[in-house]
This record gives sequence, C-alpha cells and structure tokens, in this order.
Amino acid sequence: MITDDPAPMLLLGFGPDGWGPALLRGAGLTMALALTAMAIGMVLGAGLAAAGASRVRWLRAAAAVYGLVFRGVPELLVVLLLYFGTPGLLAAGAALLGLADPGSPPAFLTGSIAIGLVSAAYQAEVFRGGMLAVPRGQIEAAIAAGMSPATRFRRVIAPQVLHRVLPPLGNIWQFTLKDSALVAVTGLSELMRVSLVAAGSTRQPFAFFAAAMVLYLVLTSASSALFRLAEARGMRWAGGTGGV
Amino acid sequence: MSGDLAFLADTTLAIARAVPVTVGLFAASAVGATLLGGLLVMAQTRRGTRECARLWIFVFRGTPLLLQIFMVYYGLAALGPIRHGPLWAAFREPLFCAFVAMTCCCSAYIAEVCRAALAAIPAGQIEAALASGMGRWTRLRLIVLPQLVRLALPAYGNELVMMIKSTALASTITVMDVTGVAGQVIAHSYRTLDVFCLAAAVYLGLTGALTAALRYVERRLNPVEGTR
Repeated sequence: MITDDPAPMLLLGFGPDGWGPALLRGAGLTMALALTAMAIGMVLGAGLAAAGASRVRWLRAAAAVYGLVFRGVPELLVVLLLYFGTPGLLAAGAALLGLADPGSPPAFLTGSIAIGLVSAAYQAEVFRGGMLAVPRGQIEAAIAAGMSPATRFRRVIAPQVLHRVLPPLGNIWQFTLKDSALVAVTGLSELMRVSLVAAGSTRQPFAFFAAAMVLYLVLTSASSALFRLAEARGMRWAGGTGGV
Repeated sequence: MSGDLAFLADTTLAIARAVPVTVGLFAASAVGATLLGGLLVMAQTRRGTRECARLWIFVFRGTPLLLQIFMVYYGLAALGPIRHGPLWAAFREPLFCAFVAMTCCCSAYIAEVCRAALAAIPAGQIEAALASGMGRWTRLRLIVLPQLVRLALPAYGNELVMMIKSTALASTITVMDVTGVAGQVIAHSYRTLDVFCLAAAVYLGLTGALTAALRYVERRLNPVEGTR
C-alpha cells in the first residue's frame, strides 16, 4: 500500500525523524479520551435510564428530550458547540458571580464531555433494556429464599443484566472510540490530530492516514476481542444460557 | 435588539440555503452506500470474493469516518495515479470526496445490517422454495427480498439517521453544508451559541423527518403489527 521509496517508512518509524512515538502517544490519548467519554456516558446514561423509568412525569420527559436531541444532532456539532461555547458561558457565569474570567477549559475535558454526552444518549437505551432483563418474580423468589440484597444483586440481578447489556455496550464503545476522532477539530493531539499534523508537515498524507487507520483498527479490534471475551465469560456466569 | 433579529434572520437564511447541500450529500451517499452494501452482501456468498468483502467491512467499520474523509481528500490526492490521472477532476472536489468516503463507510454498515437480516430468514423457506422448483431470481424476488426489507428496515433506518449526522463531517474538508455555513458565520460574528443551536435545530428537523418517514414505511410494510 505504501509506496516503495523509503522516505515514508523512515517517517513512520521510531528514528530521529520518525513520527512513530508521536503516533503511539496519540493512540494512547485517543484511548484515554474514549475511556473518559465512555465513563461519563455510563454515569449519565444510567441516570437517564433511571429518569426515563421514574414516576415523575417531567423527569421522564426530560430524559426523552435528551435522547431525542443528542441522537439527532451531529456529534461534530456537539464537540464544536462545547469547545467554542463553554468559554463564553464560563466567562458569563464568572462575571455573574463577580469572579475573574476562568479562561477556556482544557480541550481534553470539553472533548470527553462532548463525546460522553452523545454516548450517554445511546447508553441510556441499553440500560433501559437491561432493567427489563430481570423479571419481578425472580427478585421476589430471591427474597423468599432469604437472600440478602448483596447476594441478590450478585447472584440474580448482575449476571442477567450484564449478560444482556454487554453486547450493545460493546457496540457503543466502538462508536465512542471512533467519535473521539472528532475532538481533533479542537486541536487536542490525539491520534487523528497527530496524523493530520504529521501529514501536513511531511507532505505524506497517504502514509500517515494509512498509519492512523491501522492504529485505529488495532484499537477497535483489540477492544472488540476483549468484549467478546467478557461476553463469553458472562454467558458462563449466567448459567450457560448462551450455550458456551 | 432589532440588530439581533436581523442577524438571526440572515443566519437562518444562510443556513437554509445550505440545507440542499446536506440533503443532497446524504441522498447521494445513501443511494451509493445501499447499492455498494448490496454488492458486499452478494460478494460474501461467493468464496473468492468473500475475503475481500470481509476486509472492506473490517476496515471501514473499524476506523473513524473523519479519518476516511481525510484519506480520500488529502491522502488520495497525494498519489500520482489520482493526481495526474483522469479522475483528478472529480477528486479535487471536496463534495465528491465526502460522497466517496461516506458511500464506502456506510456500505460496510449496511452490508452488516443486511447480513443479519438474511441470517434471520429461516433456512427451511429457502429449501422449500428450492424444492418447489423456484429459480434463483424467483426465489430472491418472492421469498428473500420481501422478508429482507421488512427485517432489515429498523436497523437500516438507524444507519440512515447516522448518515444524516455524518454529513456534518464534510464541513471539515471545506464543504459548505449546514455545519460549514454555521462555522463560517461564527468565524466573522463570534456568536457561537445561537448559530450552532440554529444548525442543531436544522439537523434535528432533518433526522426527525427521516425517522417519521421510516416509521410510516415500517407501518405500511407490517400492516398487522402496525395496528397495535
């Protein structure tokens, strides 16, 4: 794929002119960004799922509107809005409280929050499905059998919910990982940004975008292998219903 | 205050003028991706082409669309055969490059959707069709396709909604779609929040309309279930 003249290979390597270390650092930052966004999305998504199942009508409505907005607006717009919008909001808020202008928040923070906000909308759906995984009768049976809440959770609820929630969560993780590339537009030097900078300064865009593609493929396929392993484990845990 | 209103009116007009670009890019790549996705599904049924199709799906599903768009727009342009070949007239256009990248990317997702739906059609039906002497095309037309469309539609619709949102990425290679125009307005007005919210409202309208249309088609195709 890469042309046979040696320059691109040298540029991609780990020598003094090589961009190898920078690309690997970028991949590390991409991982950190995606993990942070996934964690934010998980907490917020669980909250949204709880709000969606609550008896309070306006909480349910708020959760529904949140899902509608963040699944209907491009992720890029959310990233841009948070990155360019928060400094103004923060300054206005600080002025209201009589504080000094705090300046712009770090790109990592706004980026992971933006991707996390989108991820939360999708994770809420998954958790909503997961909550339906345990029939009421099983909880009642567990109580009747004298299980403590902790044992109930560990033996009855967790295995079935995890079993149901893991495959779709793996899917959302893949999307979150790929969405993290959008944070490159804010200048954060994650993998996408590093490949862009390297492509510009070496004038070898094909080689560097190809290298970034390979690194993204490594990240996505390694994490999907990990999820498959966890799923297989989960099936065994759930009593082999999946036939592993 | 009247200045504010005038600004909002101007911005709304500018963004409204960009809607055809966004919708056109979406429609063209949706058609392209569906055709290419169908081709990928067919390729997976033959031994020699199966590996190629799997590799295509693996690469395009495993990397970010933004990277693919940059690869097509900047990466391919750096290659001799493209730069000096007959295709250069097309590949120098950012809109065409966005279309190519989106078609390739979404075809991989659509192929997976179709494969899952195909797997859900009971094998006994195909066997029964074979046993009653149906030819390849009759089988496809009477047995496979009607069920495939119904089974695949919900997931296919999700892909289409994702595609509308993905068109925003074209703005990163200077395409003046809704996001591109919004960015341009912000660059010389510094009014981030209201302009981006206006653009977000446009996308919400587009995805909402598409979702409603898909639900209508789904109901029409499933008349019995639809009456619930």
